[in-house]
Amino acid sequence: MNGSLSAERRRKTILSVVLAFICILYILPVLAVVVNSFKLNTYVKTETFALPTAESFAGWANYIKGVTFGNYPFWKSAFYSLFITLVSTALILLCTSMAAWYIARVDSKLCRGVYYLCVFSMVVPFQMVMFTLSKTADRVKIPYFNFASGSLEKVALNTPWTIPIIYLGFGAGLAIFMFVGFVKSIPLEIEEAAAIDGCGPLRTYFSVVFPMLRPTMISVGILEIMWVWNDYLLPYLVLDSTKYKTIPIHIQYLKGSYGTVDLGATMALIFLSIVPVIIFYLCCQKYIIKGVAAGAVKG
Amino acid sequence: MLSQSILMGVIELKRKHDAAAVNSSLVRRPIRRWAPLFMGPMLCAFAIGFVYPFCKGVYLSFCKFKTTSDAQFIGFGNYIKALNDASFVHSFWYTALFALVSLVFINVLAFAVAYALTQGIKGSNLFRTVFFMPNLIGGIVLGYVWSMIFDGILSRYSTSILLETKYGFWGLIILMCWQQVGYMMIIYIAGLQAVPEDMLEAAKIDGANRWQTLWKVTIPNVMPSITICTFLTLTNSFKLFDQNLALTGGQPYIIQSDGSAIKTTEMLALNIYNTFYGQNVNSRGTAQAKAVLFFLLVAAIGLIQLRATRKKEVQQ
Repeated sequence: MNGSLSAERRRKTILSVVLAFICILYILPVLAVVVNSFKLNTYVKTETFALPTAESFAGWANYIKGVTFGNYPFWKSAFYSLFITLVSTALILLCTSMAAWYIARVDSKLCRGVYYLCVFSMVVPFQMVMFTLSKTADRVKIPYFNFASGSLEKVALNTPWTIPIIYLGFGAGLAIFMFVGFVKSIPLEIEEAAAIDGCGPLRTYFSVVFPMLRPTMISVGILEIMWVWNDYLLPYLVLDSTKYKTIPIHIQYLKGSYGTVDLGATMALIFLSIVPVIIFYLCCQKYIIKGVAAGAVKG
Repeated sequence: MLSQSILMGVIELKRKHDAAAVNSSLVRRPIRRWAPLFMGPMLCAFAIGFVYPFCKGVYLSFCKFKTTSDAQFIGFGNYIKALNDASFVHSFWYTALFALVSLVFINVLAFAVAYALTQGIKGSNLFRTVFFMPNLIGGIVLGYVWSMIFDGILSRYSTSILLETKYGFWGLIILMCWQQVGYMMIIYIAGLQAVPEDMLEAAKIDGANRWQTLWKVTIPNVMPSITICTFLTLTNSFKLFDQNLALTGGQPYIIQSDGSAIKTTEMLALNIYNTFYGQNVNSRGTAQAKAVLFFLLVAAIGLIQLRATRKKEVQQ
């Protein structure tokens, strides 16, 4: 008995050591980015896996060059990425949860039709609609009130301020699917009680249903944030990329369009773009893993 | 007897109808008045962002066009061109091979890691955190990180990932494993934790060794997770775009006798993109037809998945 126990313990220790080793291998690519972002360009390719030496060390030069590289400042891309991600996610959460509540509670033939259309949209790959979607975004214009000139003007959907509408349209499927599933599990009696107490639908939704949706909100929110922040093709095709870039577009331009690429500066930018993601991950790790698992099991 | 049961059925129906009427008057009818507010924004955006582009896309695949306004209906010509396009056929087989190989590697590795992490060893949470991390990094960034690493290794042998198809293939496999093993691991861990403890104990008492327990008890119990992960890796591989573009962008090329090039590491999604936005503006109709075929393929995989998971649910 004692022998088998110590064998068990030894087995677990070996397993721990092996996993720790794989873990280090797993972090190495990220470490390589950090190390190479401090190297002079010529050394990145020849001595990728060596630590910077006195002659190959570049200090902060790569970061300064990377941030000011080309004719488009990096902070602008970072701002657009952040703005688009936050606004799109907020818009998706609000609009789809309201629609999902309506679909689940009214449950008419039309509602079911919309629901199945949403589920259908989940299996459609982006390449199927990318050409027509980018043309539609150029053509559809929505009115807005310009405070500077004090008049009503129109803006197409191909700017960072309006692209969240495109994200709401193309990303509605998964969100509707998850919200409808959750709303159906909420007992109707709660809402009936609210109605008897004199709540109208608006008040019922915002003060009774909305708080109950919290767990699904977090899951959907995380999935949408991860999608929008990392998305490359949709903003690249929809936005006018000489004027507006997001971080993935910025990095792609850096590597794609210049003949000789400064690898050191590129690595500096890549590191800068990974840092917020890792901080976000470490802060809400629990929710992220839960949200991803929920999305996978249902989708 | 029969009429009685029909009568019971009618009474039951009536009762249900009354119950529905109660909740209809309390909840359903008042919401209906607010339909424009609740459904309006989502429906408008959905129409602009999905329904209209999708329908127009299907229509355009039967047309000759350069922009969306100069479309001329030509029937199935685009589809015939697409299926006779050597680069499209190549990218299909390349994608299929990639999907198959990555399916095996990702799932075996993810299951192994998940199995190891559910053995109650020290530091499980830390390991899980690290393995999942690459999932949050975007495809474009991942592609460039790995192209630097592969070139750092291959430059010692004075070659590059852009010079040989097999380097591009295995490079992308390694990249996708690095990114997706953590994701699939999470799903497998959830499955493994749901395996009934008493079943494992019973197997132990009956004298089953670790290997037998794994094959005869654990794996049959995590079959739903295996189905989900199999289809997820399959669709992910077929839809892969960003990583493919950033790592090799289709290089190396083979120039054919008629002057057109086959991009040997180009996958389906990238092939469609290049047909749309390449040098030849006249091939947009072909590109849209390719996109429809691509959609049918991905949707078919999705449907098979739906049936497979439904069947599992019935068995449980």
